[in-house]
Amino acid sequence: MKSLAELEAIRNKAKGSVNLRKDDNAVRIVVGMATCGIAAGAKPVMNALMEEVAKRNLDHVAVTQTGCIGVCRLEPIVEVMVPGEEKVTYVKVDPKKAAEIISEHIVNGRVVTKYTIGAAQ
Amino acid sequence: MREISLHILDIVQNSIAAKADEIGVDVIEDREKDTLTVVIGDNGCGMSAEFLKKVIDPFTTKRTTRKVGLGIPLFKMAAENTGGSLEIQSKEGEGTVVTAVFGLSHIDRQPLGDMAGTMLSLFTAYEDIRFLYKHKIDEKKFFVDTREIKNVLGDISFQAPEVYLWLSEFLKEGEEELNQMEV
Ligand SMILES: Nc1ncnc2c1ncn2[C@@H]1O[C@H](COP(=O)(O)OP(=O)(O)OP(=O)(O)O)[C@@H](O)[C@H]1O
Ligand SMILES: [Mg+2]
Repeated sequence: MKSLAELEAIRNKAKGSVNLRKDDNAVRIVVGMATCGIAAGAKPVMNALMEEVAKRNLDHVAVTQTGCIGVCRLEPIVEVMVPGEEKVTYVKVDPKKAAEIISEHIVNGRVVTKYTIGAAQ
Repeated sequence: MREISLHILDIVQNSIAAKADEIGVDVIEDREKDTLTVVIGDNGCGMSAEFLKKVIDPFTTKRTTRKVGLGIPLFKMAAENTGGSLEIQSKEGEGTVVTAVFGLSHIDRQPLGDMAGTMLSLFTAYEDIRFLYKHKIDEKKFFVDTREIKNVLGDISFQAPEVYLWLSEFLKEGEEELNQMEV
């Protein structure tokens, strides 16, 4: 069983790393989590995004949730906000696309145009 | 909504929208009574009795200018489809408790689904909220209070990579152990 003692060791190792929630320079990834988003599969997308960020050790990325983004038929919707760049909205995201968004957009800096709201409309 | 865990995620979003900073999620499976009970309680803004009526039955109530949502009616329908029920207690300025009872072995009961992933996404997306999660199957219990975790972490984020992966394993292990039934 995982123990809090183990977590304490992790804490000591992670000390000095920034608290993302207070960092204005963080890349923000926002997932729409209203009823429509959840019904369309936003939860596994959220888990996939967070897992990919953690596995790649991207400590400058914060994943958050929001309510209805307003285009229910295009859910799950993921917004990526890189400081200094225009917001990119990805639509009909699934866990596989989510992983691709992290590796291409966040890591390599290339917007995955085929999944954006512009490509869907 | 195909899984009860997704309804839970959705109903908790209501508590978050109601500005709760403490949210309890209980999932209680009782094989003797043949029930699966979900209780979601919060200390958010609450609702008036009049408004609550509209929220529970948006289709039978006269439509008002205010938007009616789908989250609660869908959860209610899912429970009632299994011979169960949904009840809400709420008090303005104090909070809300949503209780749904499902027929555990009813053929139309949705699977509980991925509770570990559901709670993980909540814990890590809303670090400032204290979550109290309890999953019980008969006498076996898995309980998490995010305040205890936060106390260990101090100002380190739940989304720090190592912390996130630890939390993910912790929740998965807890759920798996709970589901390993004695023969
Ligand atoms: N825990 C709560 N505390 C306070 N108000 C609540 C709570 N839960 C629900 N409400 C009120 O009831 C309304 C209806 O909730 P419901 O989940 O059915 O729909 P919704 O959240 O408005 O929209 P959605 O369809 O995205 O869920 C909410 O808009 C809110 O005003
Ligand atoms: Mg709702």
